[in-house]
Amino acid sequence: MDIRKHFLHQLDELRERVLYMGGLVETAVHHSLHAVTDRKPELADLVTEEIEPEINHLEVEIDERALQLMALQQPLAVDLRFVAAALKIGNDLERMGDLAVNIAKGAPRLLSQPLAAPLVDLPLMAERANRMLRSSLDALMNRNSELARAVLESDDEVDAMRDLIFRQLIQSMTQDPTLVERSLGLLFIARNLERIADHATNIAEEVIFWIEGIDVRHHFAEAPPT
Amino acid sequence: MDGIAASLRNVNFFYGSQQVLFDVNLEVPERGILAFIGPSGCGKSTLLRSMNRMNDLIPGARLSGEVRIGDEDIYRPGADVISLRRKVGMVFQRSNPFPFSIAENVAYGIKINRLARDRATRDAIIERSLRSAGLWDEVKDRLHRPALALSGGQQQRLCIARALAVEPDILLMDEPASALDPIATARIEELANELKERFTIVIVTHNLQQAARVSDRTSFFLMGKLIESGETRQIFSKPVRKETEDYITGRFG
Repeated sequence: MDIRKHFLHQLDELRERVLYMGGLVETAVHHSLHAVTDRKPELADLVTEEIEPEINHLEVEIDERALQLMALQQPLAVDLRFVAAALKIGNDLERMGDLAVNIAKGAPRLLSQPLAAPLVDLPLMAERANRMLRSSLDALMNRNSELARAVLESDDEVDAMRDLIFRQLIQSMTQDPTLVERSLGLLFIARNLERIADHATNIAEEVIFWIEGIDVRHHFAEAPPT
Repeated sequence: MDGIAASLRNVNFFYGSQQVLFDVNLEVPERGILAFIGPSGCGKSTLLRSMNRMNDLIPGARLSGEVRIGDEDIYRPGADVISLRRKVGMVFQRSNPFPFSIAENVAYGIKINRLARDRATRDAIIERSLRSAGLWDEVKDRLHRPALALSGGQQQRLCIARALAVEPDILLMDEPASALDPIATARIEELANELKERFTIVIVTHNLQQAARVSDRTSFFLMGKLIESGETRQIFSKPVRKETEDYITGRFG
């Protein structure tokens, strides 16, 4: 029997709001890239005008809920770690929303002219970054730190994809200087996707901290600071 | 870390045929504050009281195992309970000043232990003890007034001064602030924090936040067993045992 039903209910609500916010970010990342790949500028508008403002709103709401829980319920141990993680995840998700907006805002200019290079690798990279986000959120939903650990490993793959895209674009710019402006636009997308994957990795680390109480950032778990 | 102020080995405790402590093993480090936490009836107060033999007078109470204060096995036949209580002072949930003056309360232990040769020494000990208990400035002009006229928080600090007057090594506190308002509670906690530099303090509390605020180490008891013992910051942020986590997060399975 749980004697703190009300408190546990509030913790569940907080987690649901974080998951809902995560779902919006997933959509934002997906739409911002498809605005470019599918040549649909209206998707970019949807991200900047509708989705991102709601993400910002949720960040504030999650901060408030977390602070209230700390002030009124004094969570401890696993609950304290959860509230701390929720605050940080909210912050990561908000930054991811901004990065999706960066991509969306670059869309009109890219769409105004023929693309500099085939886009094959960018959708792949976006798909991979979004899958990392989804796995982090699934780990949060199912309290599954194994899943979160798998996300940490994917980050290197996304970095490698970015490096590959960079090399391809630099090559095309060197060969044909008229492609520089358009290539830079694509390079910029790759850079934002890589940052999105970094934030997904942060979320996975925060989920591991919540579940296991281990701080895996910067390899501190191997040599904890004293 | 200094040495070990007290060590308990295989301590079992019975009230008649009912066993209330099971094989408790615990070392209390010198100085610093150790908190005992756990639900009502978990045995934490019994264990605290066994550290200065306060359970002796309860009919049918029996302890097996070993309790050492410093080097001394306090339950060995012929152990001197009076000198034990001088070494191990105690403060209770309800302040219990004697119906004497403030000064006489503090001087009581000095008198029965013959710790002062003359009046000047006695007065010096009274002042030092009241200062240590953070009470001197409030009562120095009315030392000969009745102790029972003090407020609840002041009475509790007077009891602490009385315990400190005989210079114990260990101070046991059984829910010392549970009858006090938040301000008086904060003063007791602040006081404990100052005293831990010089004394070893063991505190029993039902208030988890209080244990988290004041103690350096925490031991969690459940149904007479010591479940987990460790640094307070670890116990409250990352307990090892599921039972500990369930208790401090308010979940009972």
